[in-house]
Amino acid sequence: MAASGLSAEVDVGQVVLPGDVLLLPAAPNADGERLRLGPSSAPRGRLLCGPGLRRCAAGLLVTKCGLLRHRPPAGAGTGGGAYWVDSQQKRYVPVKGDPIIGIVTAKAGDIFKVDVGGSEQASLSYLAFEGATKRNRPNVQVGDLVYGQFIVANKDMEPEMVCIDSSGRANGMGIIGHEGLLFKVSLGLIRKLLAPNCEIIQELGQLYPFEIVLGMNGRIWDPREVISTPQDWIHQQSGLLHLFVALSPNLGTGAFL
Amino acid sequence: MAMAGEGKPRLSKNLLRMKFMQRGLDSETKKQLEEEEKKIISEEHWYLDLPELKEKESFIIEERSFMPCEDLLYGRMSFKGFNPEIEKLMIQMNSRYKKEEIEADDKMEADVSDEEMARRYESLVGTIGKKFLKKRDRHELQDEDEDENSNLRPSNVKKMFLKPQD
Repeated sequence: MAASGLSAEVDVGQVVLPGDVLLLPAAPNADGERLRLGPSSAPRGRLLCGPGLRRCAAGLLVTKCGLLRHRPPAGAGTGGGAYWVDSQQKRYVPVKGDPIIGIVTAKAGDIFKVDVGGSEQASLSYLAFEGATKRNRPNVQVGDLVYGQFIVANKDMEPEMVCIDSSGRANGMGIIGHEGLLFKVSLGLIRKLLAPNCEIIQELGQLYPFEIVLGMNGRIWDPREVISTPQDWIHQQSGLLHLFVALSPNLGTGAFL
Repeated sequence: MAMAGEGKPRLSKNLLRMKFMQRGLDSETKKQLEEEEKKIISEEHWYLDLPELKEKESFIIEERSFMPCEDLLYGRMSFKGFNPEIEKLMIQMNSRYKKEEIEADDKMEADVSDEEMARRYESLVGTIGKKFLKKRDRHELQDEDEDENSNLRPSNVKKMFLKPQD
């Protein structure tokens, strides 16, 4: 349903609600009731309609509430830019191609059942590891953490994940260990930490030597568990926490709640 | 071989369609053959006798993942040498991702120049080619090289089996 009585242009960065229809600049024939997308040149090439948006007859239909984001087209003529809705949520919904951290919960014949934080457990075949053959099975136990990506993830089927890429190489995916600390955070924080210009991670990296694995399902893994003294751990963890809090104005309020 | 003088023996279409014959073809030829086969509509194939409906060309792609929208970095990170393999991987994955946008063709510095390469290849082809010649041809080649001053034997006379006269 079109928002009645609103004849405003929605600039990128404003709140949109589900049900809003966003008109594309190339379609000027519209009533004043509907919202228009911000001023941008007529899209040449493909326009990417990201999460939170759906294609509809008139333009783009918003399906999640949040802030509207836009990325202008990079380069000349390649693609037409992207629009998406930046929303906050803690519950992960499996999406194809997302790298995630999963916990192996069961071994069932040729596949492992992996808990990824979604509504269903994902299945991971034992052949989906680098260098795995029928004779050379990977050494995966129940309770291990695996870093992989989805190859099948839709609402009709059980999600399937693999720990290799399309050419058969691991590229850092696979078993990442069964020790360490696993944190559960909101999905928005992960995206902010993985953004290309994230300062927090860079500054932390200059202070401490550490390793971290971020999964798009809201899980962060830190391999350090064996710590020399409890004081060290508390000092380091509280140091990290203080840094988070200190840098939180850049993240925006409530980003990691 | 007796057949060598006739020209390439023509193989039947069914033979060409067999799997072992198709392994040597290029992918292009394979695609062409497949397309030709699909075009042949036999009596058993049912098809709709309707005018072709053109799909409305849409330039909007729906994408459910955040990765292409926000250009997210690689998920495994290591700092200050905690895990050197991961640090190497970080550089590799992040630069590969950025390289997909920018297609830069950088020429690697060649150790050997192109001209020298061509010269070497010229002589190489001859040398390797001699290896695969039949004994008779090799013999003729040798004679041609040796008899520079004397007349060359007519080389088009092939020695064939002469039936003994009764």
